[in-house]
Amino acid sequence: MITKNIMIVGVGGQGTLLTSRIIGKAALAEGCDVKISEVHGMAQRGGSVVTFVRFGEKVNEPVVEEGMADVIIAFERLEALRYSHFLKKDGILVVNDCRIDPMTVVIGAKSYPENIIEGLKEKHSIYTIDGQAKALELGNSKVLNSVVLGFAAKFIGFDKSVWLDTVSTTVPAKTIETNQKAFICGYEAEH
Amino acid sequence: MAKKTIMLGNEAIARGAFEAGVKLSSAYPGTPSTEISEYLAKYDEVYTEWAPNEKVAAEVAIGASISGVRSLACMKHVGLNVASDPLYTFAYTGVGGGSVFVVADDPGLASSQNEQDTRMVARSAHVPVLEPADSQEAKDFVKFGYEISEKYDTPVILRTTTKLAHSQSTVELCDRTEVEDKEYSRNLSKYVMMPASAIVRHLVVEDREIRMANDACDFSVNKIEIKDKKLGFITCGIAYQYVKEVCPDASVLKFGLVNPISRKLVDKFMSEVETVYVFEELEPVIEEQVRAWGYDVKGKELFTKQGEYSSNMLRRVLYGADDAVFEKQEAPARPPILCPGCPHRSVFSVLNKLKIHASGDIGCYTLGAVAPLSVIDTTICMGASISALHGMEKARGKEFIKDWVAVIGDSTFLHTGINSLINMVYNKSTGTVMILDNRTTGMTGHQEHAATGKTLKGDDTYAIDLAELCRAVGVKNVIEISSFDVNGLEKVIKESVNGDALTVIIAKAPCVLLKGQKFPNKCKVDPDLCKKCGACMKIGCPAMTRTEDKKVKIDPTMCNGCGLCQNYCKFGAIQTVEM
Repeated sequence: MITKNIMIVGVGGQGTLLTSRIIGKAALAEGCDVKISEVHGMAQRGGSVVTFVRFGEKVNEPVVEEGMADVIIAFERLEALRYSHFLKKDGILVVNDCRIDPMTVVIGAKSYPENIIEGLKEKHSIYTIDGQAKALELGNSKVLNSVVLGFAAKFIGFDKSVWLDTVSTTVPAKTIETNQKAFICGYEAEH
Repeated sequence: MAKKTIMLGNEAIARGAFEAGVKLSSAYPGTPSTEISEYLAKYDEVYTEWAPNEKVAAEVAIGASISGVRSLACMKHVGLNVASDPLYTFAYTGVGGGSVFVVADDPGLASSQNEQDTRMVARSAHVPVLEPADSQEAKDFVKFGYEISEKYDTPVILRTTTKLAHSQSTVELCDRTEVEDKEYSRNLSKYVMMPASAIVRHLVVEDREIRMANDACDFSVNKIEIKDKKLGFITCGIAYQYVKEVCPDASVLKFGLVNPISRKLVDKFMSEVETVYVFEELEPVIEEQVRAWGYDVKGKELFTKQGEYSSNMLRRVLYGADDAVFEKQEAPARPPILCPGCPHRSVFSVLNKLKIHASGDIGCYTLGAVAPLSVIDTTICMGASISALHGMEKARGKEFIKDWVAVIGDSTFLHTGINSLINMVYNKSTGTVMILDNRTTGMTGHQEHAATGKTLKGDDTYAIDLAELCRAVGVKNVIEISSFDVNGLEKVIKESVNGDALTVIIAKAPCVLLKGQKFPNKCKVDPDLCKKCGACMKIGCPAMTRTEDKKVKIDPTMCNGCGLCQNYCKFGAIQTVEM
């Protein structure tokens, strides 16, 4: 089995860590060797965060580098742009279509780039979802990650049942049902 | 079959200590080492604690070792500087029960103030160092560490790096092996390091290091993989993974024991392989020794001493190109920032308004250095805020610090700040010290400390009263105030910096990320009243943005309703509403 390389990028506090853990555990359940690389500490405080999941027969390095990513799941548009060069030639970019201004933009030192998705479409296969809207439809903005993961799951592989089992063993016990619902909502959304 | 699971490097280290029969662990939080203690605290068989600083943690582990049990101390690389006093002499005394210090380096500076290489400290202290390359090795090497600690009568350092500590990979679990406590007997020549004993122990240390270096060729943690005899790498730790990624067919000498390194293994490897690269992050510790033994290798002239390594970096050096297909896109930077509702922002907004410089310290409040708050002028190390301010006053006179304060967090104050405050009292300083008391060790992810009233295990304990502590060391003016009382803060800061007496202002409000807090309020902008002046944006709250017509908008999903922005809108356009 060829090693599959997944990146999850976003803004500190969006819950990208939990998403990478679910993907890693699903791969482990499928009998793969798995490595996940996380970001803790300073980088979590509203900064740009990136986590990596690699799985296959034997995985060496824990990170995904430029030109290696099969799938990038971006929780925010600007972060999709920032890491898009990590994709391999035919890599897939899944974007949660939302905008969070970095402090450099808030204080007016930089401007938020226009038409990010359109620009990226010229080079990459992109799939977008408004995860926040879907999560609010489900009545809980905190399940955004599960919606986006469900939406991206088809590009990663594994059966739906594997994903749902993994979600149930990873998220806090009280939130299993809402997260599974959110995953299905993303999974069944139009790509 | 052993149970296979996926574990964070730090979790695997904790598991290794548990399986090795460790009975005591002491630590001070520090990225990327913090989670070791948090995972270890879950095992009832192990006594675990947060110490006020790494020196204390190390000494606690030393005491436990002398009393005859296996002990652990955990810290980040700069924490070892604080603990190096006990470490250097622990190398002389050796152990009773085995003792391992986990020291986490941070190449690439994910969350640190420097990139020092622990192997250099260990060489100078003559302490052996093990360095794993994944979570399974992290667990195995901890256990091996206790074996050699007891066999060679020495403390052992397990060195990790950020990538190892914060990566997850598969681990096979074993049961805990209970280790019988060693009998304690009084032994002056081993444990009382007065000159007459220490002079003898120094020879023991030298002899031990030579013996270990000789024996290391047979250590299971070192390995030689001979494949392609034209190309080879000498490497260690996470750098090994990049070599395997890029050159799976190359020959490799991988050191698990990175101090002392085995010369016999180097001799063997160099005799078989034609071109050899030494591939190690940070300092050329292995490379310089290999060169000193007369071998021509390639190393730091090609590979940087700075930052984390990567497989693409190795590809660029070997093949002149990496795997990248697409060009990097221009994107505005997104540096870390203080959270919405952070009490530090409130204090900094006042300091910024008063144009006051802050002698800073280590913690989230370092983020107050950058625009738009731009308050912190210096960040050196834990506790330095207070002593550096004192140094400025004594060097330049008290007028020089009339627009200065020292800023330090509650956990950092207890770590080493208190010593500096004692010095201010003793040597008649007139400065202003602000303790930003957010009731936790924030930056490292919310660990308890001696003033929170809870232990690492979650038990209730005495909470040190910071104000009483300051009074007890002789500070006459101690003011406690809410971090969000901006008018009150402005008044006391003005009075204090202009006064002639040493003052401690304790600004209190819990970190917004602390569990169990409720934020029923949200701030809201009335667009009809907003004059687009941007005064409220100067506090640098990430929940605030401008709409297309340049009016300010507050994102209700991010806002924690602290109301700070309201204080800076003179048009009354911001209201706090209950959601």
